[in-house]
Amino acid sequence: MSASNGIALPRRRFLQILAGTAGALVVGVRLAEAAEPPLPPEWLGNHFQELGAYVRIDAEGNVLIGARDPDTGTGVATALPMIIADELDADWNRVSVVQLGLGIAAGANGQPQWTYGRQRGGTGDSIPAAWADLRQAGALARWLLTQAAARRLGIAADRLRCEAGTVIAPDGRRVTYGSLVDDASKLDLPRQAPAPKAPERYTLIGKPVGDVDAHAIVTGHAKYAIDHHEAEALVAVLLHCPWPDGTLAGVDPAPALAVPGVVKVMLLKPEPGQQPGHTVIAPAVAVLAENTWAALQGRDQLKPEWKPGASAAASSGALEQQATALLDGQGAPTTRVRDNGDVDKAGKRAARRFEASYYQPWLAHACAEPMNCLARIDKDHASLVVPSQAPQQAWAVVQRLTGLAPDQIEIRVPRVGGGYGRRLDHDYVAEAVMLAKAVNKPVRLLWTRDQDFAHDWYRSASVHRISAVIDGKRNLVAWNQRVASASALAGRGVPADRLWSSEVLPDQLPAGLVPNYRSDWYALESALPRGPHRAMPHLSNAFAAESFVDEIAHLLREDPLKTRLRLIGDPRMIALKNGGTLDTGRLRNVLQLVADRIEWKNWLRSVNGLGIACWTMDGAYVAHAIETSLQGDKLGIERVVCAVDVGRVINPLGLQGQVAGATLDALSTALNLAVTYKDGQIQQHDWKDYPLASMAQLPDNVEVIVVPDDARPPTGASFLAMPTAAPALANAVFRVSAVRVRRLPLMKEFQRLS
Amino acid sequence: MAPAQAHDVPVVPDSGIVPEKARGGIGIEINGERFRHEGDPQMPLLWYLRDVLRLTGTKYGGARGENGADLVLVNDKPVSAIAQPMAKLDGKRITTVEGLAANDGVLHPLQQAFIDEDAIGCGYCTPGWLIAGVDLLKRKPQPSDADIDRLPNTCRCGCQTRVRAAIKRAAAGRASQA
Repeated sequence: MSASNGIALPRRRFLQILAGTAGALVVGVRLAEAAEPPLPPEWLGNHFQELGAYVRIDAEGNVLIGARDPDTGTGVATALPMIIADELDADWNRVSVVQLGLGIAAGANGQPQWTYGRQRGGTGDSIPAAWADLRQAGALARWLLTQAAARRLGIAADRLRCEAGTVIAPDGRRVTYGSLVDDASKLDLPRQAPAPKAPERYTLIGKPVGDVDAHAIVTGHAKYAIDHHEAEALVAVLLHCPWPDGTLAGVDPAPALAVPGVVKVMLLKPEPGQQPGHTVIAPAVAVLAENTWAALQGRDQLKPEWKPGASAAASSGALEQQATALLDGQGAPTTRVRDNGDVDKAGKRAARRFEASYYQPWLAHACAEPMNCLARIDKDHASLVVPSQAPQQAWAVVQRLTGLAPDQIEIRVPRVGGGYGRRLDHDYVAEAVMLAKAVNKPVRLLWTRDQDFAHDWYRSASVHRISAVIDGKRNLVAWNQRVASASALAGRGVPADRLWSSEVLPDQLPAGLVPNYRSDWYALESALPRGPHRAMPHLSNAFAAESFVDEIAHLLREDPLKTRLRLIGDPRMIALKNGGTLDTGRLRNVLQLVADRIEWKNWLRSVNGLGIACWTMDGAYVAHAIETSLQGDKLGIERVVCAVDVGRVINPLGLQGQVAGATLDALSTALNLAVTYKDGQIQQHDWKDYPLASMAQLPDNVEVIVVPDDARPPTGASFLAMPTAAPALANAVFRVSAVRVRRLPLMKEFQRLS
Repeated sequence: MAPAQAHDVPVVPDSGIVPEKARGGIGIEINGERFRHEGDPQMPLLWYLRDVLRLTGTKYGGARGENGADLVLVNDKPVSAIAQPMAKLDGKRITTVEGLAANDGVLHPLQQAFIDEDAIGCGYCTPGWLIAGVDLLKRKPQPSDADIDRLPNTCRCGCQTRVRAAIKRAAAGRASQA
């Protein structure tokens, strides 16, 4: 089999994908009709040769590298191609990155065959997955070029070395990749995958590299899904039923149709039996028009009559009461998630017992780019531009609704304006496909901001009640954490005895560190749609647990850093339930690093308040130390330090941005944000109701410390810094004000208590 | 042959040129180019930019543009493009993110500083930050932290500390040139 046959994608298709990206950059904006991708392949020329699925090189030595995972702002469009480029020994200055669409081919029995393996972004596993297979993709391309050079130079391949796009012979002769690629692309593929480089030969991995899309973004030329047009496409805007379980009693389309430019008014209904995320989130009326302004004006004319469902009286306040009643009662939990030792027995021998409850609100995703989708559905082809975190799941929705064969469905995913888990569900894709099919024209669906806020897959509110037992030697001997929340997995085909797994983790700290440890989950019922959310369930559990550890320190009149270090204990390896390992040495290390940097020794005498917190997830470690000030009743965040240990770092600049960014997101969320509902309806409709932190509220800087750790494989880091920011902040607030905030959002609660 | 009469009025052939009628619509200048909008005068500038001109760097943020993603400069003042009906813009000069770089492609110092500081999260709200930042640097070439605190933009990705660094970098570059 030759290299060019080895790729699963037909050549023409790659060029189409590529042309879509390149065309958007090179063609002037007002020639938009002509510029809309996919451009005809002829436009691009036929210069690039394929070396495996991800690498293309032309005769001048220009290199194209495909980025397979959607980049929602996590930097994977830069980091993944870096891995390939390093293995290829490419000159990064000659590399252009191409965002790949969904890679799909027809497999056996009409099943899809995924060209690029998994394609998913914003779930924390892009980098580990890439480490497992993209190094080989780069190594394969390098192997082919080296073989071609060996034949040309008459020197054995293992005596050649590669450097910055050139193969170099021991006698000093040099052959460029550009001059070799034609020969290389015709070679037979090796029987065994060529071995990746030895780590000491990395030239790019571990070096700071700027975002590959930066230039396109700062010039306004980067095209998100929402920026895509197609000739003849109608713009669709929606009014969803304010009750997720409500129905449409009736609507008069005439006033909307009277608006110039409005073409059609249509109804959308959830499909019974379909799982959340695969179908329309709630009944909706759609206005389709020639442009957005006409569609919006048409929508303003609609007065649909909605009929509430069973949830018409529900409220977030009542749900909290339900949670409190469950935790107050003596009833058995829905699931006992973990039980070590004997918590009850330990309680009877207690020197001291302590209990506290933490209240965390519903959250929305608040993606900068609202839900949208461009869909063109023809008889034998569907073509979509989707802001998705999981294009393979988007494909399944399109396939089900169109009945098309796997390779008749084309899905492009340009850079995505935020994901945070929202775009793992594809209700908006279902809507666009349904509308495009019904009107027999391409449809450009736009969720206006009010729809985006009021029809989300929310993160459930939760109440965490933790009780601790401290023995006569001031040691924490028992920890009992009881959590009540509405599972994000309910209704999604997950068995009832696994619904806890989106809400509590068996291995979360301080599990494994306390001899008697128990965690219980209590199911709440809610009609509000729920789904994956950034860093859940770490976010809520870390806030409760790391606040509570601080409260224990206060009870013991002890420096909270010391309490934590005593709890963590000596460096050792503790086996986790999920098969991983808790390395207490690495946990101690990140904690000590932030403490040293923020000068924790001033903890007692500082006028400002210092707070600290640490956590671990998916084999990575994180700690925050935060300094807060109080002037009058005005809280200020003076200093934020974050240390992370993520194993090997691919792109330190990207990592710094992710850590600082997630820290600010977590602070903004903790300070200000809550979704509430009353009479079954969401009360947040615009940014003013869900006010992300202003520049003034946030710290001027986030000091990021990265533990050098090249001995371990890389882990994901896009939301690693989320869980510890809020507890470190609350702990610092307590230190500066003596106000213990056990309810988020913090600003509102702080004002209530102080 | 009769002599030509001296007082004859010279005959001017009909050129076919008729005086231009007064133009309707709204004339605006966007990034140095002139456009005439003859559609609904109430259409907000945002949809004119995005749907009509397909100049999509200016982003939709919300019904009132509260997150700053749709900021543009109108006669050098930053305003939310969704809050500006075309009717108010006759004769106005508009700069969008696409118009910040020079015609030869040389970036505005703040654009370059955003690249140098990697001041980008998902990048969707970046055009709005740039417009607000360019305006700030024009008003205050050496802005203080308190000046930067007053930028109206928000961002869930958490690009704020890097945006702050980029604004300071652009200001420092300007100071060293002066």
